[in-house]
Amino acid sequence: MSLERVMNEAISPWMKEEGPDSDIVLSSRVRLARNFEDIPFPILADEEDLTRIIDYFQQEYAQQSFESYQDLELIRMKDLKDVEKRVLVEKHLISPHLSDHANYGGVLISENEQVSIMVNEEDHMRIQLYVPGYQLEKALNEASKLDDWLEENINYAFDEERGYLTSCPTNVGTGLRASVMMHLPALVMTQQMNRLVPAINQLGLVVRGIYGEGSEALGNIFQISNQITLGKSEKDIVEDLKSVVHQLIEHERTARDRIIGQTGVQLEDKIFRSYGVLSNSRIIESKEAAKCLSDLRLGIDLGYIKNVSKTILNELMILTQPGFLQQYAQKSLTPEERDVRRASLIRERLQLEN
Amino acid sequence: MECQECHQRPATLHFTQVINGNKTEVHVCEKCAYEKGYMSQNQDSFSLHNLLSGLFNFETYPMSESQTPNYSYSTQQGLKCEKCGLTYQEFTRIGKFGCAECYRTFGEKLNPIFRRVHSGNTRHDGKIPVRTGGNLQIRKQIDDKRQEMQRLIHEENFEEAAKVRDQIRSLQEQINSDISDDRDGDE
Repeated sequence: MSLERVMNEAISPWMKEEGPDSDIVLSSRVRLARNFEDIPFPILADEEDLTRIIDYFQQEYAQQSFESYQDLELIRMKDLKDVEKRVLVEKHLISPHLSDHANYGGVLISENEQVSIMVNEEDHMRIQLYVPGYQLEKALNEASKLDDWLEENINYAFDEERGYLTSCPTNVGTGLRASVMMHLPALVMTQQMNRLVPAINQLGLVVRGIYGEGSEALGNIFQISNQITLGKSEKDIVEDLKSVVHQLIEHERTARDRIIGQTGVQLEDKIFRSYGVLSNSRIIESKEAAKCLSDLRLGIDLGYIKNVSKTILNELMILTQPGFLQQYAQKSLTPEERDVRRASLIRERLQLEN
Repeated sequence: MECQECHQRPATLHFTQVINGNKTEVHVCEKCAYEKGYMSQNQDSFSLHNLLSGLFNFETYPMSESQTPNYSYSTQQGLKCEKCGLTYQEFTRIGKFGCAECYRTFGEKLNPIFRRVHSGNTRHDGKIPVRTGGNLQIRKQIDDKRQEMQRLIHEENFEEAAKVRDQIRSLQEQINSDISDDRDGDE
């Protein structure tokens, strides 16, 4: 796998496949936090320990394959330019924490970019696995197999009472964070989302924007994940998340139907206006771009717009982030320059579709 | 109000700067606040960690920095991790464990914290690793089999129940032989 390709292609190969309920659930993810038994966690480990760990992954796992996850490539944070790290964050392959704070950090990425194993983040290992659409069980099973594969050689920090031991008390037990990325434009339009978020929180789940903690729900994309990791089995955690996601899917579908019934041509007008903005603007801010892309995607899902591929939302949301724009331009850009670049990139991309 | 630096995002932070008696007002978004140095990164970690440690710190100890450290207290309570050197107090401040041993060192004291974070739970009930899980995996299997046996008995399916009973026995033997293996090794 070439680093170049990872850097230049906005959507990972797996995103091009369509999963179940992919009109609403863009992707499902499972993350497992794991640590070595005898080494202090990265927050207190010394240089020597951290170097030993990253070297170990280089020796044992770089260029290795596990089932359909081929050719793991180890990328060390210290070898990357800031803009390259930003691209990996925008593609959700690494966390902002790994990018900004982990001097001895690295990441193993599989050829299809479905698997990324962060090394020396807050924990020694953060195993991440993505699948397209709504397939949380599949993500869990695959991540668990990957976990078993790593465990063949690694003694994990584990305690009978507390489970898998992690640096932060919020991850202890299963070390599992399961999440889905959902496109919920109709729930936002009908102002139901404001009401639903507190209710979801009360069930021990967290709702965030597309780029995690503290980020806005750009393009009506929401990330929903479990908060509790201790005292429940992996399966139950995923089941609890699923029951909420399932309801959200139903609510979103109902809201879409209702909007079509009530506003009909107005909705169609809104969608085509956004399409017009995307196809014609010369300057566009990220927020406006995200809003129009969300409309466009809704238009595709509802059948108003044909001949534009569904992955356009995922692709352009990532492609028009500051890191990617600068990687494309091969230089740093001021916000004003970015807005111009963003507009031209979107226009070019849409022209490819017709 | 939009951010005066990037003119893109809404201003979420509002400062009043006083330099040589000149008052200026600053309205910026969080991102620009860091980039332009209105806020240092330290304050960033401060806010997040404080949220977490605020959660843990319901047991506050009256110990200001000027006070001489109470050595007898820390030795008495054994509240310093032997392995990584993290004290319980530091743990509540940073909200992170330093190593696996911290969990054992701080032991029962962690229960109220876990209860708060994990809605009442303190014990793991999920996957068990093969290598470091000891015979926990087998013991869990035995528990599951016992439940199955009870169910079969309840259904008066005694033939199947007897089979399950035998499976439980052989699992128990496995544990026993593991223990005697360990003893052999010690000698």
